[in-house]
Amino acid sequence: MSSAANRKPLPLKIALWSFVAIWLMMAAFPFLWTLWGSFKVELDFFSIADWTNALTGDNTERTHGTPFTGAGYEGAWVKEGFLRNIINTGIVCIFVVCTSLTIGTLGGYALSRSGFKYVFWLLIAALIFRAIPPITLVSGYLPVFFQYNAWGYLPTAIIVLVAINQPFTLWMLHSFFESIPKELDESAKVDGCTQFQAFRRVIIPVMWPGVITTGLFSFLLAYNDFAVTSMILNEDNRTMVPQIAAFLGTTQTEGNVMFAVAAVVSATAPLFVLVLFFQRQIVSGLTAGAVKG
Amino acid sequence: MKHRTFFWFFLPTGLAMILFIAAPLVSIITQSLFAPHEAVFVTVENCGPFGCKEETTIDQSATAALREAEPMGRFVGLSVYLDRGHLAVAEVAEAWRTSESIGEFFGTIYNLPFYRALAFTLTYTFVCTPLLIILGFFIAISVNSLHRHLKGLVIFFSLLPMIVTPLVGSLILFWMIDSRGVLGNLLSYLADDPDLSLKASSPLMWTSIIIYGIWNSAPFAFVVFYAGLQTQPKDTLEAAQIDGATRWQQIRFVTIPHLMPLVTFVALIQLMDNFRVFEPIVGFSAQAHATSLSWIIFNDLGGETQQLSAAATTSVLTVIGVAILLSPVLVRTWRDFKGRS
Amino acid sequence: MFMKKLALAGGMALLSSTAVAACEINARVNIVGNEFPAIQTVGAGAAECSGGDVSSNLTADHQKINLAGMQGDPAEYTSAIIANSSIVALINEDVIRPLDDLVAQYGDTLQKNQLITIDGKVMAVAFMANAQHLVYRKDVLEQVGAEPPKSYEEMLEVAKMIRDQGIMENPVGGAYAAGWNLAQEFNNMFMGYGGEHFKAGTAEPNINTEAGVKALEMMKALSEYMNPDFLTHDSNATNAEYRAGNVALMNMWGSRAATLTEADGVPQEVVDGFAIAGPMTVGGGETPASTLWWDGWTVAKNISDEEAASTFIALTHAIRPAILEDEEISTQAVWLIDGYDPTPAAEGVFAAAQANTIPYPMLPFMGLMHTALGAELTDFMQGKESAEQALKDVEAAYIAAAKEKGFL
Repeated sequence: MSSAANRKPLPLKIALWSFVAIWLMMAAFPFLWTLWGSFKVELDFFSIADWTNALTGDNTERTHGTPFTGAGYEGAWVKEGFLRNIINTGIVCIFVVCTSLTIGTLGGYALSRSGFKYVFWLLIAALIFRAIPPITLVSGYLPVFFQYNAWGYLPTAIIVLVAINQPFTLWMLHSFFESIPKELDESAKVDGCTQFQAFRRVIIPVMWPGVITTGLFSFLLAYNDFAVTSMILNEDNRTMVPQIAAFLGTTQTEGNVMFAVAAVVSATAPLFVLVLFFQRQIVSGLTAGAVKG
Repeated sequence: MKHRTFFWFFLPTGLAMILFIAAPLVSIITQSLFAPHEAVFVTVENCGPFGCKEETTIDQSATAALREAEPMGRFVGLSVYLDRGHLAVAEVAEAWRTSESIGEFFGTIYNLPFYRALAFTLTYTFVCTPLLIILGFFIAISVNSLHRHLKGLVIFFSLLPMIVTPLVGSLILFWMIDSRGVLGNLLSYLADDPDLSLKASSPLMWTSIIIYGIWNSAPFAFVVFYAGLQTQPKDTLEAAQIDGATRWQQIRFVTIPHLMPLVTFVALIQLMDNFRVFEPIVGFSAQAHATSLSWIIFNDLGGETQQLSAAATTSVLTVIGVAILLSPVLVRTWRDFKGRS
Repeated sequence: MFMKKLALAGGMALLSSTAVAACEINARVNIVGNEFPAIQTVGAGAAECSGGDVSSNLTADHQKINLAGMQGDPAEYTSAIIANSSIVALINEDVIRPLDDLVAQYGDTLQKNQLITIDGKVMAVAFMANAQHLVYRKDVLEQVGAEPPKSYEEMLEVAKMIRDQGIMENPVGGAYAAGWNLAQEFNNMFMGYGGEHFKAGTAEPNINTEAGVKALEMMKALSEYMNPDFLTHDSNATNAEYRAGNVALMNMWGSRAATLTEADGVPQEVVDGFAIAGPMTVGGGETPASTLWWDGWTVAKNISDEEAASTFIALTHAIRPAILEDEEISTQAVWLIDGYDPTPAAEGVFAAAQANTIPYPMLPFMGLMHTALGAELTDFMQGKESAEQALKDVEAAYIAAAKEKGFL
C-alpha cells in the first residue's frame, strides 16, 4: 500500500489538509452554530440586537440565570412529545430504505443486463418521471387517497416515498451494475444457474458498495422529506420534519422557534450516533466489496 | 436477458412507478387542458359577527348543473399554457411590437412571472451544477487520501449539509446571513460596508441562494465520487505510476476517465434537481428577488384559492424543460446504448 | 355596538352558567384546521364527547388538504375550521352544508352574531375574532413626546422623530414579506383609502385606481423607516424585531398581542413599554386601514345526517361558554363566545370592530386577487417599477387566473 510512489510531498499534504479543514468548517459550522444556539433563548439565537449575544447568551442569562438552558429541548421532548415523531421517522426510513432497495436492485440489475431497446426507453421514462415536481404529484394523490380512506397513515407515506424515489434508485443502481463486469454472471449462467440464481450467488456479494450508497440516499430522502409527509400524514403520524415545520408557526400565530431548533439538533443526533457506530461498515462497505469485484 | 426474466425482475419497481408517477402524470396533463366551469354569480346578503353586507357568491344550483353535464370541467386546449401566467404569448408578441430596443423588450419579458422564474431557474441550474461537481470531486479525492481512521468522521461531517433538512438548514443559514447575523456581520466587516444587507439586494440574494445550493448538494457528488474511487482499478494506477505520470496526470488520465460515467450520472440528477429548485427560495423568503418554476407551482397550490390547472400546466412545462435540458445527455446515453447492443 | 352586545351577552351568561354539560354523540367526528392554541382548545373540547370517535388533524397546511378531504363521499373530514378568507374555497366547491336545522335543534348556547349566514343560510359558526392594529412602545413615544398615532400620516411623523433623535434606526415594523403578508398590508391600506377591489357585482378588478396608487405610495413611505430587509419579514420576523427592541411602531395581528412579550428573554424595557391601540386610518379617511377577521367551523356536506349532527354537537360543546372559566383559555383569543370578558390584549381588536373596520371580503375571487397582489407588488416596493405599472401587472395576473377559474 505505502509504496514510495504513493507517499506525498509535504506541500501537497498541507494543501490537502487545509482543503479538507476548510471544507469541514463550511460543512459543519452552521450545524455547530445551531447546536450551540439550541441552548439559548430565541432572542439570543437570532441575536437581532447584537450578534455576539448568540455566543454569550445575555438574554438567556437574564431569563434563566445561566447562559445555557435546556428549555427548547424540554419543550420539544416533554411538552410536544417529539419522541413520537422520531419513532415515526424511524419506521418510515427503515421501510422506505428496505423496500426501495429490494425492488430497485432487481429492476436496476435487469436494466443493466438487458440489451433490448425498451431498456433505454424505460430509463428515459424514469428520468421524465423524476422531473415531475413532488408537490404536483402529491396534490394529485390527495383526492384518491381520501376516497379510498388511505390518507394519513404511515404505510401510505412509505409507498409514496418508495415510488417517488424509484427513478433515482434505478438510475443509480443501474450505473453501479454497469460497472460490475458482465462476465461474472454470464459465467455463472454457463455453469447452469438461472438468471435469478446468478444474481443471488454472484452479484449480491459484490454489489454492496453501490447498494449502500444508494441506500444512504434513500434514507436521506425519507428522512428529510417535507413535500410528501407534510401533506399526506395526519397529525398523530407526523414525522420529524413536518413537526419541526409546525413548531415554526404560521402567519397569525406564534411558533416556538427554539422548539424547532432543539428538534433539529435532536433529529441530527441519532444520525451522528448511527454514522459513528456504523462508520466502519459504511466506509468498508463503500470500499471492500468493490475491491473484491 | 430474456424478455420474460426481465419482466419479472422489473415488475415491482415498474408497478410502483406506473401507479404513483405515470398515472398522476396523465391526470396532470389532462388537468392542464381542462379548467373549472364558468361560475354563475348571484349577489346575496352575507351576515357575520361584524354585520351584514351584500356580496357576490357562486350560484351552486346553476353551477351544479354545469358540473353534472361535464364532470371534467370545460376543455380549454392549450389556452392555459398560453396565458399570462405561463408562456404569455400575447404579452410577448405585444412587447415585441411596441419595444423600441432589445433591452426594453427583455425588460418587459422579465416582468412576466414565468420568464422571470425561468431566468433564475436556468441561472441557478447552470451555475450550481458544474461548481458542485468540481467541489464534490475535490472533496472525494482529498478524503480518499486521508488516513482511514479519520475517514468515517470526515465523511459524516461532509454529509451534514445534506442531512440537516433543507427546510431548517436554509432557515438557519438565512439567519446567519442576516445583516445582524454572524455571517452577515463578517461579510459587512470584510466589505467594509456597515449597511451591507444580502437580503435587500437581488444580485446578492441570487448569489446567496446559489452558494447555498452548492453547499447543500456538493456532499451528494462527493459520496458518489468517493464510492467510485473505491472501485478504481489499482493496476492501472500503478502502471501509470511506473510510467512516471505525475499526480495530476494520474488524476487527469486515470481517475477522471474512470469516474466519467458517475460524473454523467451526478450531472443528470443535479441538473434535474436544480431545475426544480424550491426549498431555498421558501427558506430564504426570497420570492421578492428570485422565483423558480417549482415555486410558481407551490404558489398556485398554496393560495387561498387553489389554481389546479395553472399548477398542472407549470408542472408539464417543468417536465418539458427538464427534457430539453437533459437532451444532450440523453443522446449520449442512446449512443452508448446502441454501441453496446 | 359590538362591545355592548358582548357585555350584554356576558351578563346573560352569568345567569345561565351551568356545570360541565355532558356531550353525547353517536357517530364519528373528524376535524381539520389550522394549528394554534385557540383552535387546539376547540379540538380538545370536541374530543371530550363520548359515544363516537372524535379525531382531529390540526396543521398549518390545512388549506391544502381541507378541500380534498371534504370532496370525497363520504368525506374524510366532517368539519373544517376556517376563517373568512378560507371559507370561500369551500363554498365555491359546494362541500359544506347549511346548518339552520342543526342550529335550531342543538345550538342554544350559540349567539346570533356567531352565525355566519350566506344568502340567509347559516354556513359556519364563528368562535373568535381577529384584526390587525397598532402595537407600539409607550416609553419610546413618551421619550419623543408623541401621542400614539391615529393615522399612518402621524405614524410617519412619529417615526421621523424617533429616527432623528437617534433612538432607533428603523422604528417602523411591518409584515411586508413578499406574498400573502405584503398583499394583506396592501388590502388594509387600499381599503383605508376607500378602495374597492372589484367593480360592483362583477369579478372585474378595480385596483389600478387613485386609491391603489396612494396605498402603494404610503407603503413605500413607511418602508423607508423599516429594516431594509422588509420584503423578507413576515409577522414572526416583525414580532422578533419588536421583542429585540428595534421597533417602536407596527401594525400587528390582535391574536399575537397577548403573547408578544411573553417569550423568554425579552428585555424589561420592551415588556414595560408594550402597548396596543386600535387600527390607524389613512389619507383622512374614516374607515381604519385594517380588516376584520373571524375564525369558525363548518360541517361537511358529503356525510350522513348522524355524522353532521354529532359534529355539530361536539363543536358546539367545544365552544360552550363554560370554557371561558379557564383563565388560560380566555386569553388565547378574542372569543366571540357568550360570556367573553375582553382582556386588555383584546382592546385593539375591539377598537377595530367599533371603528367600523371592513371585514375581509368573502368573495369567490378574492383569494386570486390576494395571490396576484402578493406576487406582483414586490417590484414596486424595491423601486424597480412605478405604482401604476405594478397595479397593472396585478390586474393582468389576476385576470389570467380568474379566466382559468371561470370567474371572468
